[in-house]
Amino acid sequence: MTTKLFGEPVRRREDARLITGRGRYLDDIGSDALAAAFVRSPHAHARVVDVDVDAALDVEGLVAVYTYEDLPGPLAEPLPVLIPHPQLHAPRTGYPLANGEVNHVGEPVVMVVATDRYVAEDAAERIVVTYEELPVVVGVDAAREAVHAVHADVPDNVAARHHQETGDADAALAASPHTLSFTQYIERSACMPMEGKGVHARWDAGDRSLRVHTSTQASTSVRAAIAAKLQLSLDQVEVVAPDVGGGFGVKIVHPWPEELLVPMAAIALGREVKWAEDRREHFISSAHERQQRQEITVGYDDDGRVTALDVHVWHDNGAYTPYGIIVPIVTATQLVGPYVIPVYRVIVESVYTNTVIVTPYRGAGRPQGCFAMERTMDRIADALGLDRAVVRERNLIRPEQFPYDHRLTFQDGRPVIYDSGDYPGLLDKLRALVGWESAEELRADAEARGKLLGVGMALYVEGTGPGPYEGGHVQVLGSGKVLVSTGLTSQGQGHETVFAQIVASELGVPIEDVEVTTGDTRRFGYAVGTFASRAAVMSGNAVALAARGVREKALRIAADVLEADPGDLEIDEGVVSVRGTPGAAIPLRTVAVLSNPLRYAFDEAAKQATQFARSASDDKPPVAPGDAPGLEHRDYYSPIRSTFASGAHAAVVEIDPATWEIDVVKYAVVHDCGNVVNPMIVEGQVHGGVAQGVGGALYERMAYDADGQLQNASFMDFLMPYASEVPDVVIDHQETPSPLNPLGIKGAGEAGVIPGTAAIASAIEDATGRRIAAMPISPTQLYDLVRDGSSETTAAWRRRTGVDA
Amino acid sequence: MKPAPFRYADPRSLAEALEVLATEEGAKVLAGGQSLLPLLSMRLAAPATLVDINRVPGLDRIEATGDGVRVGALVRHVRLLEDVVAARVQPLLARATANVAHPAIRNRGTTVGSIAHADPSGEMTSVLALTGGSVEVATPAGVATVGWEDLFVGPLETSLHGPAVVTAASFPALPDRSGTAFAEIARRKGDYAVCGAGVVVTLDADRRVERVRAAYVSVGLVPAVHDLTDAVAGQPVEKADWAAAGALARTLVDPDGDLHASADYRRLLVGVLTERTLARAAAEAAERTGA
Repeated sequence: MTTKLFGEPVRRREDARLITGRGRYLDDIGSDALAAAFVRSPHAHARVVDVDVDAALDVEGLVAVYTYEDLPGPLAEPLPVLIPHPQLHAPRTGYPLANGEVNHVGEPVVMVVATDRYVAEDAAERIVVTYEELPVVVGVDAAREAVHAVHADVPDNVAARHHQETGDADAALAASPHTLSFTQYIERSACMPMEGKGVHARWDAGDRSLRVHTSTQASTSVRAAIAAKLQLSLDQVEVVAPDVGGGFGVKIVHPWPEELLVPMAAIALGREVKWAEDRREHFISSAHERQQRQEITVGYDDDGRVTALDVHVWHDNGAYTPYGIIVPIVTATQLVGPYVIPVYRVIVESVYTNTVIVTPYRGAGRPQGCFAMERTMDRIADALGLDRAVVRERNLIRPEQFPYDHRLTFQDGRPVIYDSGDYPGLLDKLRALVGWESAEELRADAEARGKLLGVGMALYVEGTGPGPYEGGHVQVLGSGKVLVSTGLTSQGQGHETVFAQIVASELGVPIEDVEVTTGDTRRFGYAVGTFASRAAVMSGNAVALAARGVREKALRIAADVLEADPGDLEIDEGVVSVRGTPGAAIPLRTVAVLSNPLRYAFDEAAKQATQFARSASDDKPPVAPGDAPGLEHRDYYSPIRSTFASGAHAAVVEIDPATWEIDVVKYAVVHDCGNVVNPMIVEGQVHGGVAQGVGGALYERMAYDADGQLQNASFMDFLMPYASEVPDVVIDHQETPSPLNPLGIKGAGEAGVIPGTAAIASAIEDATGRRIAAMPISPTQLYDLVRDGSSETTAAWRRRTGVDA
Repeated sequence: MKPAPFRYADPRSLAEALEVLATEEGAKVLAGGQSLLPLLSMRLAAPATLVDINRVPGLDRIEATGDGVRVGALVRHVRLLEDVVAARVQPLLARATANVAHPAIRNRGTTVGSIAHADPSGEMTSVLALTGGSVEVATPAGVATVGWEDLFVGPLETSLHGPAVVTAASFPALPDRSGTAFAEIARRKGDYAVCGAGVVVTLDADRRVERVRAAYVSVGLVPAVHDLTDAVAGQPVEKADWAAAGALARTLVDPDGDLHASADYRRLLVGVLTERTLARAAAEAAERTGA
């Protein structure tokens, strides 16, 4: 990079619009549209015996009522299994509306369409559904015991048994000088974007075309799904992701039932129809993540070096498996982190429960994997009486070992080969940043204030930017405007800014001239979606390649006009000039005009491109063979495999031994996502991720009761941290460029959330001396743990306090 | 999350409000709406009529005298929080109100509304009890004063029935040689308390502990005042064993468990908060007693 915008903390250009109420979110669209509301199952597991809609029919303003029986053609089939996998031996998906059985509270049974949402809810309330309740399975342990089955034809509740191994684990464990075995749990949380899901559909009967707006992370794929399920040709369907108020993973799942049913109703009724999810619906009918039971056995030597690792995970996938086993695979493969694991065996059993489906939530299985690996490191250190940082250091992959092949297969079907990194560098920076070596002084100081202080750390490696591809289109207009589009969608991350930075840098134009459009199938029809920290890596490189194509063509045309060699030209501030020859220059906008040979002049600029304006060679066509009119280029980036970002976090907690309140007093992050496009945006991503990490560690928990009722389905009882609960975050950067892509970048979207649970658990354990084997943990749970005489204590605590176990 | 249909009445006088309440069955009074509107949106409540008293004149005053503070039905939490005269007469008011939710809620929610809502997780029900306060209730028959002991019947339930508007709450002044303190522990700042404690310590002329009373938030089904005097009676204020008072408090309460705290944990916090607030209240009482 020679231009200055790449790598600069350019202010987010979307913010002024979004924070002053000028965003256009789903519910801002279609103010006259009919409204859909849903009758959802109040039971976690039941047969639907009867649906009686009669009482709703006399509600004034009711337009239509749909049940399963009303679904035509492919809509009556189960929803797609989006990501099939050979080890997903018993995939099950729901129907757009329940077909005789419901498997979680919140599953849609009836759709009501009315003149507005109030009326729709009035009508929905009057619909009487008769259920015959069935036994309910809640939690991994109940699923595993399989006394009852979620799906009658899957009696063991096991949807998938994902298995990878890199050697003979049993033999390696048997040969290990030491082994440790333990079991731990991690609970359910959820993405909780500020804006829920939502769909608006408009059918143009004359044109026979459908325009759908949906709050999605994958508009091109929603388009394909709608076309398939509604039996339309792809060219009849447009899908647009408007401003999306957060996604964090839940909006990558598609098609949601509502994404099919709302367009279906719009076509059937010939009216605009809209559904905007409310918060309770989001809690009980979108998606959650994270519950796992982890059984871990590790072998290690006297120095604390791991010799073998054997992990058996039970993963709660909820009622259905539309997103396949992506989360189990990510846990299985990302668990190994930055460490050399000579022999590794992992089995993840993905089990059904009568709860909301489990699909990727920022981190997507990595926080669980990190929790498993990092707590293993803590246990080894404790058993050997070593510093936790030292044990980690001894196990790190060294910088000279890259590319490092873990001999595993990642979520993209490609090998887990780390492309680059400097893990000892991360650890050194982290120790300095958090003051690791002075922990005992901090502890003594806190003790003098009546507080228990603990420190913890956790490292991670995150596979980011998986394929298959993304594309970019760059076009320079005669006005000088540069239009950039890519198919993947934005949910507030700052794509408009970073893609503009990349194109402005590549092309040599002022960033103010660059306009970015994302997630609109009218502009770009080929895309995969926004997930797995891939937008900057995938679309960033795609728009860079597209910009390079435009630049090459611009230089070719300008060279012709300026009678110079293209190699002697440069573009800066939107002007092409001959290097070292003042005055020999042509604005890029003029090049754009000249790139399109015209017969008709529609304005002053266009005159320059008309057939009598320029002397051109008589023996060549105006558009050369293989060339195309216009200064534009479309290109795609398709990586050979994922690129692996990394980082290290440390938390310092203080605990009040009277109330057992837990306060994270310091949180340190060292972050490596390769070349950084915009450090301010990366830091913002880290801050947001840490907030969700703290939430997952100390506050958030989906509290299902034994009947499968979600007890805290509101923001009053589901405790996301407020700003007042999120600690100040100190950040240090390390940049280890990726050799895999032209820009040398790695993903940064999810990183911040990954190590939070592991680092905070470690810090609480350090402070209290009680083994923390289940997260999240709240003060009331910590109180139970410390007053329970049978709680396991750490060796470090026994040494420190002189207490015999 | 859209309310069921309801009729909306917008009376311009108390008489008009009472008339609507008397004639329309299932009518509910709307003041700040911070508790009622979420219940409506979740369709957990579906009153046929909402009687919005916000345009009824005369209900928006705070009157502080030497005897106490009278708070009108339309006084928002934030005004009570910022009223320095009221805070001087009865310091518990501002101290407790500071713990009521977040600024956005304090800007709209009313102190009297939260008392009429009778939520045992609300701060002001406990403060009404601890100060020995009362409410004024307007009915078609006239205005009656109802003491706190006769007001709270159960969670979200008062003894009021038929057409009635709670027009004011009165909080007696802090007695001489007394100090107060209020503290809460919540999962997140501004949440409903996992446990809250308000205390009043009164000394005798010799700076010995004469009387100790405490009331708790989110502990028990209805507000209650616990007399903790026995644990510390007659002890010099500087040396009083507040931990013993905390221990006594733990034996007197009967908290429930919920998602955020077990009953045992609440009991633990009752002890801790009692001890901590008593130390602060005693210091204030000592200051107000003089040497």
